[in-house]
Amino acid sequence: MKEILLNPQLWSATLAMATPLALPALGGTFSERSGVVNIAMEGIMLIAAFFAVLFAHLTGSAWLGLLGAVIVGMIVAVIFAWAAVTLTADQVILGMAINIFASGFTAYLLNTIFGFSGTPTDTPMLPNIDIPIIKNIPFVGQILSGNSVIVYLMIILIFASDYFLFHTNLGLRIRAVGENPEAAETAGINVIKLRYLGVALSGLFSAIGGAYLSIGLLNSFSTDMSSGRGYIALAAMIFGKWTPFGSFGAALLFGFATALSMQLQNSALSKNIIMMLPYILTVLALVGVGGKSVSPAADGVPYTPKK
Amino acid sequence: MSKVLKSIYMPILAVVIAIIIGSIIMLATGFNPVAAYSSLFIGAFGTLPNIANTLANAVPLIITGLGVAIAFNAGLFNIGAEGQYWIGAIVGTWIGYSFKGLPWYIHIPLALVAAMIAGGLWGGIIPGFAKAYTGAHEVITTMMMSYVAIYFSHYLLEFGPMMEKGSVPQSPLIRDSAVIPTIVPNTQLSYGIVIALVAALFVYWLMYKTVWGYEMRAVGFNQRASKYAGMNVPFNIVLSLSLSGIFAGLAGAVQILGVQHRLYDSFTSGYGYTAIVVALLAKNNPIGVVFSALLFAALGTGSQYMQLNAQVPGQLTDVITGLIIFFVAADKIIELFKTMFKKQKKEELAS
Repeated sequence: MKEILLNPQLWSATLAMATPLALPALGGTFSERSGVVNIAMEGIMLIAAFFAVLFAHLTGSAWLGLLGAVIVGMIVAVIFAWAAVTLTADQVILGMAINIFASGFTAYLLNTIFGFSGTPTDTPMLPNIDIPIIKNIPFVGQILSGNSVIVYLMIILIFASDYFLFHTNLGLRIRAVGENPEAAETAGINVIKLRYLGVALSGLFSAIGGAYLSIGLLNSFSTDMSSGRGYIALAAMIFGKWTPFGSFGAALLFGFATALSMQLQNSALSKNIIMMLPYILTVLALVGVGGKSVSPAADGVPYTPKK
Repeated sequence: MSKVLKSIYMPILAVVIAIIIGSIIMLATGFNPVAAYSSLFIGAFGTLPNIANTLANAVPLIITGLGVAIAFNAGLFNIGAEGQYWIGAIVGTWIGYSFKGLPWYIHIPLALVAAMIAGGLWGGIIPGFAKAYTGAHEVITTMMMSYVAIYFSHYLLEFGPMMEKGSVPQSPLIRDSAVIPTIVPNTQLSYGIVIALVAALFVYWLMYKTVWGYEMRAVGFNQRASKYAGMNVPFNIVLSLSLSGIFAGLAGAVQILGVQHRLYDSFTSGYGYTAIVVALLAKNNPIGVVFSALLFAALGTGSQYMQLNAQVPGQLTDVITGLIIFFVAADKIIELFKTMFKKQKKEELAS
């Protein structure tokens, strides 16, 4: 066990596995703070993962792949927002619908566009970045340097999100809309517009997370490759009490569980038991063991403007 | 329009719109939708074995869908039916292979009842009590418990206590005395279908003809009013989530005893998720669940045939399923279409 814990690979894998959880968890924080439960993040990640590969392959540029993934992901998010916010449909059911659609649609396109051989092997990948000075520090350098550019982008986004949500006027308004939309509207805030913003941001962050899976960690797409990360991200967000830093901490913890279970491949018992832990912890957090996680008051409740 | 008629007509309209969008997708990717849909239909209903397999596919969807519908009726979203299904399948398998020398009329009910209890506890106790007393959202708790159940089954099968000797992660076969016999030879259709249909009638009776059902629906309709009317709201929350888990657990066991005869290692059966879709399309009516389960079962069996004969990737049916649910949830879109259509008509009349 000690050898495993002292292996820098375990810790860099933790960071790599935490990234595709932290990004949608951040996105979910914006969406739920504005009052919209977005389980469609799972489907948005999957669609973004596919289009990232498609655009990267067509243009020969991983950056354009990322851009395409973000655009498609945000389009899906806006469709979701339209049905959930404007048409006040049930948010969880809509999310499920989008997730089923995404799973079928990406697999269908994978088969029709690329055939059974899968996505092309010459698809470009987003670069890994070496950080000067840090990369020369033993142990720490192996963990903190040489990661995908998305990992560093995620870390910047966490700080930016925290600042935006808790230290700007717009962030305050988003939170107000999620806690008490009636009062917010009375104070002259446009509830609908801010909920669209919250959902759009969740689409943006999930799409980056999805692109990371397909052209950050790998350079290929496979069916259902998001494999529930959008849902686990929701758990991380709850475990992190709907805050950017909390979400990141929870994502790290869940990423650690995944990385550890990968190192323990050959002993089935500990691997599968460790994989259960994030879910058990989330249930405990919701029930109130160790400081209860309380959601924004108007989370998941559609709002119809007074006029 | 009467409410009953509307509750039938809106889902059908949603299905029609989804099929049309499916055709557009096929046309855009160079397939012939008529050929695809006709081979889908033949695959689902073209021959007796095909019909039997479609019915067989409907069995777990009906039973799990009934459970999801009970929770929905009480205003609760049991998104973790998949995990309760797994728990039922695990318990059903274990009783199926580990008890020797029981007559079938004891062995089968024993396995089914034990699976129901296990599924009920999994869905009812933790998510139920958590919702009733701490307000923890059942969507998250049932989802998390579902993952725990699936990893638990991995643990049991991958070199765990339920793994058969050998290198394949699967359980031993259940004993003959626990097998629910098949109706149509060489198909998957077992007498499980009878259990499913009886369950549908039972849930209809429970929800619409008993005080318990009335109270659960009242709690789903308006929790605060039910509380002031003297109903025990926490009890009804735990009860409906437990019932939901009981049916999902039953579905898992029926699938093992009637079709699979052993537990395989896999990440998902898919039935728990499709069951939610089944309940939604049926607007949570137990009788409607039977028909909507048949539709999705037909999409499932037909899709393989469609892939072989029309070369259209079978996942198209998932696209259609997703669209159906989208339009069922956002039924205001359909009303939007209708008003647009009416406006156009008026303008035509005016000109």
